[in-house]
Amino acid sequence: MKTYQVDENGFYGAFGGAFIPEMLYPNVEELRNCYLEIMADPGFSEEFHHLLRDYVGRPTPLYFAGRLSERFGCRIYLKREDLCHTGAHKVNNTIGQILLARRLGKKRIIAETGAGQHGVATATVCALMGLPCVVYMGEVDIARQAPNVARMKLLGAEVRPARSGSRTLKDATNEAIRDWINNPEDTHYIIGSVVGPHPYPDMVARFQAVISEEIGAQLLEKEGRDAPDYLIACVGGGSNAAGAYYHYLDREEVGIIAVEAAGKGVHTGESAATSALGRVGIIHGSKTLLMQTADGQITEPYSISAGLDYPGIGPMHAHLYASGRGEFHSITDAEAMEAGRRLAALEGIIPAIETSHAFAVLEKRPFGPQDVVVINLSGRGDKDLQTYIDYFNL
Amino acid sequence: MANQTTTRGTDRIKGALGKEGPLLSIYFTAGYPALEDTLPVLRRLQESGVDMIEIGLPFSDPLADGPTIQESSTAALKNGMTTARLFEQLKGVRREIHVPLILMGYFNPVLQYGVEAFCKQCAETGIDGLILPDLPLEIYQREYREILERYGLKMIFLITPQTSQARIRQIDDASDAFIYMVSSASTTGAREGFDPAQQEYFRRIAAMDLKNPRIVGFGISNAHTFGQATAHAKGAIIGSAFIRELSAHGVAAIPSFIKKIRP
Repeated sequence: MKTYQVDENGFYGAFGGAFIPEMLYPNVEELRNCYLEIMADPGFSEEFHHLLRDYVGRPTPLYFAGRLSERFGCRIYLKREDLCHTGAHKVNNTIGQILLARRLGKKRIIAETGAGQHGVATATVCALMGLPCVVYMGEVDIARQAPNVARMKLLGAEVRPARSGSRTLKDATNEAIRDWINNPEDTHYIIGSVVGPHPYPDMVARFQAVISEEIGAQLLEKEGRDAPDYLIACVGGGSNAAGAYYHYLDREEVGIIAVEAAGKGVHTGESAATSALGRVGIIHGSKTLLMQTADGQITEPYSISAGLDYPGIGPMHAHLYASGRGEFHSITDAEAMEAGRRLAALEGIIPAIETSHAFAVLEKRPFGPQDVVVINLSGRGDKDLQTYIDYFNL
Repeated sequence: MANQTTTRGTDRIKGALGKEGPLLSIYFTAGYPALEDTLPVLRRLQESGVDMIEIGLPFSDPLADGPTIQESSTAALKNGMTTARLFEQLKGVRREIHVPLILMGYFNPVLQYGVEAFCKQCAETGIDGLILPDLPLEIYQREYREILERYGLKMIFLITPQTSQARIRQIDDASDAFIYMVSSASTTGAREGFDPAQQEYFRRIAAMDLKNPRIVGFGISNAHTFGQATAHAKGAIIGSAFIRELSAHGVAAIPSFIKKIRP
């Protein structure tokens, strides 16, 4: 059967794999050999789901958005990942990985972060488990995301500035990888998205798959069917999207819609629309679509939302794009900001600006009155309040 | 044509490995400190008697490198260095440079140039081998070995203190020049000395009786570390310490630096 899941070599079609230096091989190989077995262990699964329920607050509601549905003439449901502890879906993955790290006997946790959401989610689970935590964050991002830096510190994490390259998310990721090279035995690296060398994209997707699992059960209850007609999610690296799509990847009757950040416009030179602008290349150990120069140097993306400005996308999504299984849209800063404001006005929910990109698709593309459309509301907008204030002169 | 380069390439690396005494190899970043310094650096290194040279292709995201090589890469890219530019600079290099030349870089720029086109250019230029740390053994064997062999290029693989015995054997089987032995669990960068655990690792690998000689890299900076590294291996590679010297004192200071390593 045709599948959009990962194959035994760690590839999604032509994308993925583990393009890593030999220094990382033992760590990545250990994960590759263990992750499925550990995740399949009933004790692990029980602990994971217990924490998701009692600590994260799952299942998150699937909310029928009546006024939004009326406005756009279809049946819109919102998957409320914004109600997770720490304010976004990121914590599903960090809970899973910290439990896995403990099973592997690791004593120290490292992570990268862009806007700080994954850093906060990692610092949170490290506090929960009493493990030391180092979060790498680009110097530029540290300056513009002060509240999240403070949250990480309050949670006991050390925030180390990444001073190399462009001093943003990709450089923070480089620094985390360098740390792992230098600490190969006691350290686990919690990657925050479905990126990096195999098995990370698959492992993170499996931890986030709790989203699509719940969507299925909740839709059955509300609509008498276990699948929507369309699933919409924003894609930076793509972890919330991977989680929302996961159980529907191979059900081709479900339309998969991925939304990237066009920044100031796809062809303005200030964009993060990787599928539109990228070519096949290698970033952080994965073969995927990648924004780069003709010479193969990785370029710096731009978006108003710090969570979407990654120059690559996860290999699952590169394959969804290349195979035509996924429908990809690019949304500008302005379109996203308007969509965020509309959601606040119509439904009383202020989304993260990353998430606002997904809502902007409603303006771009018509749906039929009987269509059941699920939008993954991946994060709440508290962290973006200053950006909303500045943008709308509030 | 391909056969002829094969013979020449093999001869140069094998020739250097076959010489008496410890082998000294130097790594530098192409296009650094100035864009047109690539050739002057090569000439000085050869005059100074180094046995082998690794030319670094700069990359925007060198994740196995420490700060010194990162900074030299960033500077070289800022200077305008590209893969195409490097091949232009190296055109005709074999009329004057006779030591083995190895290109070392990350896989993405090679992929964008086209692996086949890249290998063809290397063969025409007189490059003897490649080190691409983020191209793993398995993918190399499955997809690219045939191309490198066709152009007579040697692929050099890395091992580290964490590499299992079984995998070292696998890498030894796949290698036909030398094994790049990373001295410690670390990114590149100079170090003051090797601790007993590292020396034990050098001895352990030496005792494996591999078919390929080992050349130690990462953390070698002076005559002392060079001596420690080559006590149980054929040679050693100096990168970061050389680049620091180059940024501080320029191309003219190369002979005195080399003399300090190997009087």
